[in-house]
Amino acid sequence: MLSTEDDILRAAEGWRREGRAVALATVIETWGSAPRPVGSHLVIDGDSRFLGSVSGGCVEGEVITEALDVIEDGRPRTLEFGVADETAWRAGLSCGGRIRVFVERID
Amino acid sequence: MRLDTLSALNAERAARRAALIVTDPEDGGQRLVRAAAIDVDPLAPLLRERLRTGKSGLGEGPDGRSVFVAVHAPPVRLVVIGAVHISQALVPLAAQLDLDLTVIDPRSAFASPERFPGVRLIAAWPDEALRDIGPLDAYTAVAALTHDPKIDDPALIAALRADCAYIGALGSRKTHARRAERLREAGFDEAAIGRIHAPIGLDIGAVSPAEIALSILAQLVATLRKDRLKGRDAADAGR
Repeated sequence: MLSTEDDILRAAEGWRREGRAVALATVIETWGSAPRPVGSHLVIDGDSRFLGSVSGGCVEGEVITEALDVIEDGRPRTLEFGVADETAWRAGLSCGGRIRVFVERID
Repeated sequence: MRLDTLSALNAERAARRAALIVTDPEDGGQRLVRAAAIDVDPLAPLLRERLRTGKSGLGEGPDGRSVFVAVHAPPVRLVVIGAVHISQALVPLAAQLDLDLTVIDPRSAFASPERFPGVRLIAAWPDEALRDIGPLDAYTAVAALTHDPKIDDPALIAALRADCAYIGALGSRKTHARRAERLREAGFDEAAIGRIHAPIGLDIGAVSPAEIALSILAQLVATLRKDRLKGRDAADAGR
């Protein structure tokens, strides 16, 4: 039941080997009722194609936007999402949980 | 993550070996720790605990900095002994759960590709078939469903020796009492025999093959996720 994450990492490797720019987002911390567990991955390429999930679809759009910046400058960053955030008007978790997502470029 | 780190991680996963990725979220510093190398790692106690529980999460690095430890345990494999009606019902459910499924039955009339299209199917005795698919391990579940001790027993013995994640056997309590007697004679103690879920499956009053397949997979999930269960269910699933 854990192989889905594995397939995402295989896709990340395959995409990079094809020469696509690739970023990997990973849930590193959750509070409350977060939709996806710590360790969940979302892989994004330079054309905004993506596979996997870090939430129930609530914040993926925001993570993809940030991932494109990470692909651009190569600087990893940690994003935080939750209903109480100032970012909530753009992307928030309707479940009331909070998550932290680490986004890095595959080099 | 460097591509060579990602490749090395994927290689470990393909070989069914556990590995961990340690990341410093502040500066993005990162390394791969293979399960075999944990004991000589500066973060050995933290990594050992993470691997034991199978849970990724933040921890404290040697200099007090926060590190993220991602646990990559091999995907759970389900080995079904017996190409029977229940096994046919198990196939689509196991696929939904991302279980890597193999069906083994030496009776070629049962283990026919027509009955199991698209499934890894081995028409051989368990000892021989298990050599083919690689050794059983702590990330493998075994369900013995033939009702025939000649076929089920060798697989159960191999599963107990390999400390498989989940072991279940079909058959009534009476059948299981006779099975337990044979396993005792084979040298297994009560703790080992107690690891076998028998009669197999959560008690949901299952009748049809699909219902029994569901009860087996529900019990398998409950066993794999036992650290999330509360109370009586945990005691039952954690056997």
